[in-house]
Amino acid sequence: MSVFEHVALIVLLLSSVLCLYRIGRGPTAPDRTIAIDILGTLVVGFCCVMALVTGQEYYMNIAIAWALISFVGTLALAKYLEGRSYDA
Amino acid sequence: MPSLAYALIAVGLAFDLLGCVGLIRLPDVYNRAQAATKCVTLGTCMILAGVAVAGFAGSGWPLALKAILCAAFILLTSPVAAHAVVRGAYLSGVKLWPGSVEDAFAARADDIRAEHAADAAGRQGASCREET
Repeated sequence: MSVFEHVALIVLLLSSVLCLYRIGRGPTAPDRTIAIDILGTLVVGFCCVMALVTGQEYYMNIAIAWALISFVGTLALAKYLEGRSYDA
Repeated sequence: MPSLAYALIAVGLAFDLLGCVGLIRLPDVYNRAQAATKCVTLGTCMILAGVAVAGFAGSGWPLALKAILCAAFILLTSPVAAHAVVRGAYLSGVKLWPGSVEDAFAARADDIRAEHAADAAGRQGASCREET
């Protein structure tokens, strides 16, 4: 595992920590929903780098499935947000 | 792994990190959504493109094919999801940042709210009629 791959994984983990901060702190529910969506996209990138690091192709299957499920979950949360009154 | 793949992955990582910094730094949900969604979508697509280049250069062409498929899927779905969340946020009444200069969706949002209220009233009337 080269230095470049170490740096790539560490940068992606740092981005995920920033997203987790927004999920925990976020003043409104849509903030948290957006941050969860972004975290899913970051996990897809993480899986791709892991596929390069380990040379195992099946990590890409995980990435595709994760992208699909994250999209459906975010749309469900968006419909939930639209259907209620929320003052903040 | 060719140097083109290294370059694509490095630029994609920079976009990802800056998008997440925008998610922390910007003042309201609309600013955060536009910064984070655009940057992270492009950044992850560039990482996937770098993986595809590395796969084509090496022996793993199925890996490259899956990376391209995944990139196309993210490019299609991520803006749709962010649009739906932000629309839901506006309709549920999340306020804009006080420093915002324009609110182009306000009139349309009133129309949509009126339609939703009419729908709810119609449903309620129908259920009342069923009861009596």
